[in-house]
Amino acid sequence: MTAEIKFSVRRLCAFHGRAESLRSITLDVPDHRILGIIGPASSGKTTFLRTLNRLNDLIPDFRATGQVLLDSADIYQPDFDVVGLRKRVGMVFALPVPLPMSIHDNITYGPRLAGVRDRQQLYDIVERTLQAAFLWDEVKDRLHSSALRLSGGQQQRLCLARVLAMEPEVVLLDEPCSGLDPISTAKIEEALVALKIRYSIILVTNNTKQASRVADDTAFFLMGELVEHGLTEQIFTVPRDQRTGDYITGRFG
Amino acid sequence: MKARAEKLAQRILLVIALSAISSLILIALFIFKEGTPIMVKMGLRRFLFSSEWEPQAGLFGIYPMIVASLWVTLGAMLIGAPLGIAGAIFLNEFVPKTVLRIVKPAIELLAGIPSVVYGFIGVMVLAPLIRNHLGGPGLSILAAAVILGVMILPTVISISTDAIGAVPNSYREGALALGATRWQAVHMVILKAARSGIIASIILAMGRAIGETMAVIMVAGNTVKLPHSVLNSARTLTATIAFEMASATGRHREALFAIGVVLFVIIMLLNSFATVILRGRTTRA
Repeated sequence: MTAEIKFSVRRLCAFHGRAESLRSITLDVPDHRILGIIGPASSGKTTFLRTLNRLNDLIPDFRATGQVLLDSADIYQPDFDVVGLRKRVGMVFALPVPLPMSIHDNITYGPRLAGVRDRQQLYDIVERTLQAAFLWDEVKDRLHSSALRLSGGQQQRLCLARVLAMEPEVVLLDEPCSGLDPISTAKIEEALVALKIRYSIILVTNNTKQASRVADDTAFFLMGELVEHGLTEQIFTVPRDQRTGDYITGRFG
Repeated sequence: MKARAEKLAQRILLVIALSAISSLILIALFIFKEGTPIMVKMGLRRFLFSSEWEPQAGLFGIYPMIVASLWVTLGAMLIGAPLGIAGAIFLNEFVPKTVLRIVKPAIELLAGIPSVVYGFIGVMVLAPLIRNHLGGPGLSILAAAVILGVMILPTVISISTDAIGAVPNSYREGALALGATRWQAVHMVILKAARSGIIASIILAMGRAIGETMAVIMVAGNTVKLPHSVLNSARTLTATIAFEMASATGRHREALFAIGVVLFVIIMLLNSFATVILRGRTTRA
């Protein structure tokens, strides 16, 4: 485990108003690996994920302290380029949110924001990213129909393709399979495993089995605390903390 | 006993509901009955497109008024729609929600100001400004357009903010998470999603602008002549009815009703257009 460190989180605390939702998290995210984050509802998993691309900034009374370093630059420095950050750190949400436009335009949205205008180049991006998200074969004949007409599983893979089109360095996924059937879930998981060659992936999931299937490393969150973090194998076979063991064997949560 | 009371209540409510609808139908029937004969006698084309309006001589051509109404309305839309939509975007996307909660009712209060007051401000403030700086009589199409542009702001802002506010937050986050700036998220995603509501707000505002009478009488100058520039004074369809109805008899009176028919048709078209667009939104979502 000598991979390059992508995100380095140091003593990160987060507050919604007065309530503390993350308690001094310290965690390293290496490149080219999948980090699975597990934990019961409202354990701070999603909040943690959203501090990494500063999407929590949109919440009026949100506040974060500590450091989040991306390639050793603190993303919470006041002069840090947030828009640029979100281009480098893509995110897939729990509910698929295709934008109200065609499949093609959904994927080219990011590249067009970045100034890519060449039609052939945009088309190549669409084909490449849809292939990578295992969606190409299902939609290649209707790229210009509305993305809202796709099934839930297809929409979620479209959202993944859309993130990939930004050529990010890190991909954040917030319970991407929570609303999907097992087959769609398997397709997304397959895509993620194939993608870690190029990206660093952080996967928040309610499904501990999913973490054990795809994650290289796993972190267990509970009540805003990072209880345990290590190789997935170790977490699932010989957890160091009693609570981790209880959670993954289903004794609570 | 109870069942009878129930039935009675139902009947009474039915009558009340019907009276609202039937008054609409009666008004429509009345206007059409009084207004259509002269259009048939003169020929619709001559009535709509000839420029002589001389009731004493029996000449009833409403073309100058149609043009005046359209210019005034178009001007009002050019001023009111961009301002209103920009205001709605600003209130929804760029300021805290508390500001929206305070400012929106305040803007809606603008709709409660009587149109005479708008007209008064137009006459006292706006007309002299135009006369001194741009020339012409001051009381003009431009003055009417500006006043109407302000008058339609509450309609545009209130319906547009509702439409923009109804755009799911996930679209916003989705766009921002893809590295869009606030403004890019607005114009590439949010305006697209809220488009039908915004268009409906503009159409309803247009109906309001075409139908407005008092303020327009006061500031438009009221000359029945084909206007050649926005600095000319002009008289709209509504103003003509308001001005002449008291003294009109015979064919003159019929002609005024015919103007009413024209207005009625225009506004019906605009409203049904807006309804279709709004309905399109709910079925798509």
